[in-house]
Amino acid sequence: MGYVLEVQNITKRFGGLVAVDNVSMGVNAGEVVGLLGDNGAGKSTLIKMVSGVYHPDGGKIFFLGKETRINNPMDALFLGIETIYQDLALAENLNVYSNIFLGREKLKKILGMIKVLDHDYMLAESKKVLKKLEIEIPSLKNRISMLSGGQRQAVAISRSLYWDAKFLIMDEPTAALGITEQKKVLDLVRLLRSQGLGIIIISHQLHDVFSVADRLVIMRRGEKVAERITKDTDPNEVVGLIVGAETVKR
Amino acid sequence: MNRNSDKRKSLLVFLGRRWALIFLVIESLVFSFTTEAFFSLKGIQIVLFYGTTIFLLGTAETFVIITGGIDLSVGFVMGFASIVSAKIVVMLTNMGVPPAISILLGMLITWMIGLVPGYVNGSLVARLNVPPFIATFSMLGITHGTSELLIRGVPAKNLPYLANAIGNGYFIYLLPGKAISFFNKPVIQRGELLLEIIPNMVVIAFVFILIFAFLLKRSKFGQHIYAIGGSTDAALRAGINVKAHLIKVYMISSFFATLSGTVYMLQYVTGKADAGAPFLLDAIVAVVIGGASLYGGIGTIGGTILGCLILSVLETGLRMMGVPTFDKYIAVGVILILAVLIDQFFPELIHREE
Repeated sequence: MGYVLEVQNITKRFGGLVAVDNVSMGVNAGEVVGLLGDNGAGKSTLIKMVSGVYHPDGGKIFFLGKETRINNPMDALFLGIETIYQDLALAENLNVYSNIFLGREKLKKILGMIKVLDHDYMLAESKKVLKKLEIEIPSLKNRISMLSGGQRQAVAISRSLYWDAKFLIMDEPTAALGITEQKKVLDLVRLLRSQGLGIIIISHQLHDVFSVADRLVIMRRGEKVAERITKDTDPNEVVGLIVGAETVKR
Repeated sequence: MNRNSDKRKSLLVFLGRRWALIFLVIESLVFSFTTEAFFSLKGIQIVLFYGTTIFLLGTAETFVIITGGIDLSVGFVMGFASIVSAKIVVMLTNMGVPPAISILLGMLITWMIGLVPGYVNGSLVARLNVPPFIATFSMLGITHGTSELLIRGVPAKNLPYLANAIGNGYFIYLLPGKAISFFNKPVIQRGELLLEIIPNMVVIAFVFILIFAFLLKRSKFGQHIYAIGGSTDAALRAGINVKAHLIKVYMISSFFATLSGTVYMLQYVTGKADAGAPFLLDAIVAVVIGGASLYGGIGTIGGTILGCLILSVLETGLRMMGVPTFDKYIAVGVILILAVLIDQFFPELIHREE
């Protein structure tokens, strides 16, 4: 079967430290893969190579079956690989629809020559994408600083989706949220999966990962130590794999 | 009870967000009753005439403050520009160029030169990560020193009379019931009433202020200035070229300072190194009174103009009452500290949600 995104024998060194060592993994369309590991296991470095922040020292990246070079974050966005970082990278002083369109604002001409922001268009389009994702936000003219953590997460996700993401990387999407909001975000992840996106989730919240991921990839000290189908394993085994307490069968 | 405290809070918020406007009205009323000259066509025009410098420097500062920076060099860049433009105009006139053309050329060339300090400020801040107040403080010193070197103790003088006519002329002259004239002061008989409406320099200032206010509010360029002020990371990841954008913002700031310098040259028919220095504090305070946050991301030109009017009315009113204007500096300093404290501890009180 063809993966949406696949990395083969990918490696990244920082001086003498091998942060990611010969790792291979793939994600199907409509699949959620949980990427697990302790701090310093190499999860973030791995996804930063996919999102164009780092350049791999070895190995290959395939996107939609074709080998691809991702030299910078704009390359990744152009391919349809969107990354939602833990800090979300929203401009808190701007309103919801301005954030969704940030950097790609829709303009209209007035007096036949002067280009100005087309607020009505951006508002209407943002409403549509939020509706499609079943997200409720009281007013899209509200500044981000007025929103709850879950609503912010939802805005960050809608922004990615509006720009036609085919692949989504989420770094600790539920870390800063209350219980109810965690559930909403996880529901949103399931909805995106049902719409055919490939998704990687990095999280320390094992419970969340187990409730939403189809497959788990576990890393330790830069290496991939195991891969499990979620329903064939349990948190105890996974914790063992993360900290290295069990003998590992690949 | 809860409802009552909610009501009280929303009243506080209502007043908090409009305190500047309310203050301006009260202040104007007080001066209208305590002085005879304030509430008159002349009085209001004096407010505008003395306000030109703050309007321009305040606009300059607004752009920089929205990005979360500050530009301490505007005052001395203005002085520098007043000297450079005066020198160029005198030089051209001495070479036999007609006054109108020397003045026009002098202003245009100075505006070009004035972009340099902004480019240097912006490059230091954006490319070399120098804190804005250090970069622009250094530029303050550099422009001050260069200005003094240029004049060597002798102020630029012998500007053509036309400079004075433009700088202190009015947009509209009205002989009630008889004639109306634009820019040209008509010859009048003694005892005739001539109404002079809107100083030329105020017209020039507002043409530029309105263009840039439009740019800030309605354009993609302006939107990205707000985004950078809100979160540099968000702006970067949205694909905005943050460094280039910041440099342009500092160039806009020094352009307005330069514009203010050339306006000063016409108004006072000379160039002076410290022409703009006393207005730096006023400009920053006007921006803060106008609702901008010194932490970046929030602010409007409209708000800044309101802040400028408050300060200009205060200055003019106190002068008309014969109160020394040192009091004004104390008041301005206190207002700045209060506004910043409110911004830090009760931001919702003064900033709108939308």
